[in-house]
Amino acid sequence: MPDSRGQGAVTSSSDLDYRGRDWYVDKAVSVLVFVGGISAIVLILGIFVFITREGVGFVFGPMEVWEFFTSPFWRPTSLSEPTYGILALMAGTASVTGLAMLIAVPFSLGAAIFIGEFATGRMRESLKVLVEMLAAIPSVVWGFIGLTIMNPLIIETFDVPIGLGVLNSGIILGLMAAPIMTTIAEDALKAVPDAYREAAEAMGATKWQVIFKVVLPAAKNGLMAAVLLGVGRGFGETMAVLMASGHSINLPTSVFDSVRALTATIAAELGEAPVGSEHYRALFTIGIFLFGITFIINLAADIFVRSGDKR
Amino acid sequence: MFEATALNARNRRVQWLFAALFGLMTVILIVPVVLILGVLVAKGGPAISWDFLFTMPRSGMTQGGILPALIGTIWLVVVALIASVPIGVAAAIYLSEYAPDNWLTRGINLAIINLAGVPSIVHALFGVGAFVIFAGFGASILAASLTLAVMTLPVVIVATRESLQAVPMAFREACWNMGATRWQTIRIVVLPNSVSGILTGVILEVSRTAGETAPIMFTGAAMFLPFLPQGVLDETMALSMHLFVISNQIPGISEEFKYGTALVLISLVLLMNAISISFRTYLRGRKKW
Repeated sequence: MPDSRGQGAVTSSSDLDYRGRDWYVDKAVSVLVFVGGISAIVLILGIFVFITREGVGFVFGPMEVWEFFTSPFWRPTSLSEPTYGILALMAGTASVTGLAMLIAVPFSLGAAIFIGEFATGRMRESLKVLVEMLAAIPSVVWGFIGLTIMNPLIIETFDVPIGLGVLNSGIILGLMAAPIMTTIAEDALKAVPDAYREAAEAMGATKWQVIFKVVLPAAKNGLMAAVLLGVGRGFGETMAVLMASGHSINLPTSVFDSVRALTATIAAELGEAPVGSEHYRALFTIGIFLFGITFIINLAADIFVRSGDKR
Repeated sequence: MFEATALNARNRRVQWLFAALFGLMTVILIVPVVLILGVLVAKGGPAISWDFLFTMPRSGMTQGGILPALIGTIWLVVVALIASVPIGVAAAIYLSEYAPDNWLTRGINLAIINLAGVPSIVHALFGVGAFVIFAGFGASILAASLTLAVMTLPVVIVATRESLQAVPMAFREACWNMGATRWQTIRIVVLPNSVSGILTGVILEVSRTAGETAPIMFTGAAMFLPFLPQGVLDETMALSMHLFVISNQIPGISEEFKYGTALVLISLVLLMNAISISFRTYLRGRKKW
């Protein structure tokens, strides 16, 4: 009985070899879809190669790598002595992302537990759809909200001169990251087999005992992945942070301080940096750094999900 | 017979308390966003008119409409789809129908996750390095759309793979047993049964592509152009970029204009998203197997 794809595989005799047009089309398609399949790998490598290519002259060029990371002075356009230190930019990114996670992690885990374990039927479905819709709001709209709605609100509420800063962008970023974290966390809860819940309930456990003693421990890897992906999202967010953080270089000491993030710096300055200049290369070097960090975050999240799957 | 003991009553109270607490957290997460959207509608609604949507901007964008931004966004989305949908669908077919469980497949999956997770501004840097400079497209619709295509490729791949995998294995086996080749099976049985799921993914991609700003800032989106793009090698205005420019870069734009632009952008994105979600819900409800 010839097999389905290549009848010719049965024998090499040309009499029995009825490889026709269909066989060749089939082979051609399998090559084509393979090329499509590896496109993601090619593109990820491409991203790495191209940003490295544009930034590489800088890494071994005008300043020590150590100084690049530890100097708080980012003065790329200084005429006398331009310096490229990203410490203040890293502090900006860290403070905004940190505040955002402080807001988003508890609320999105709480929301995920509510949607996944308490809500039922129509309510559950509508909440899920609503959360999914919230995740789709474009980041430039969030930035606009930070600029026009949150800014006056913060000025009024806390009686401060300017409402753009860590607080504003932290809240905006928290609201942005929360729906995504909620969705992923809810998926992680759903992945816990119902048999676990039923076994615990049969032992007389109440719902919250089931959740805290059984579901959460069983889902902890998936929840960890949700948090990590939320961090990655906050860390890499560009437009909202650019518009809502005030964009001045600072090592922040209070939540009302204006800061500048790594991503926002690239977005604000790439247009003005002449192609191939030191400044231009420095911005691409920040890009390499961002790429590296998000790669590690995604890899870690993937490992968490994978180790959860083994159960 | 089964009366609640004191402990049970306590447990039930605690349970109610937890349900209320988590419910409240959900509400706190959703309500501000809904309020904000309400403000956008209330303040932006009055700006929306035929003139606002379908005329060119005048007097340094303080008057007139957003037509070139709207048209530009359509250009960007269409060209991005032309580039990413065939590749994305091919990738999904490979992953769902061909890929063995080996290190290469794991690598592809990891690459997809990373492609989706890389910051949008890094995609912009890639677009500048690869399409604007290396490929020589310059700042153009082509370069911007390709950058967007790379960025949103995971959306198409994941949605398509999911809908391909939803086709029961027995369908394929039945077809193979008739002597069909692997590709004939995919073309005649698998794809027709999953085409609506793929469409859901494509609509979702439209929603993502239309809203992105950072990847197009340096690859083809202009702050202001007095004419509509004529081809893929022209620069263009875009709705998302326009919102950024008028709210952050240029002083003296009326509130109404900014809110109006934000409202148009968010309506477009959420509408596409809603279509995609309801389409998916409808398909799930109708599933025959």
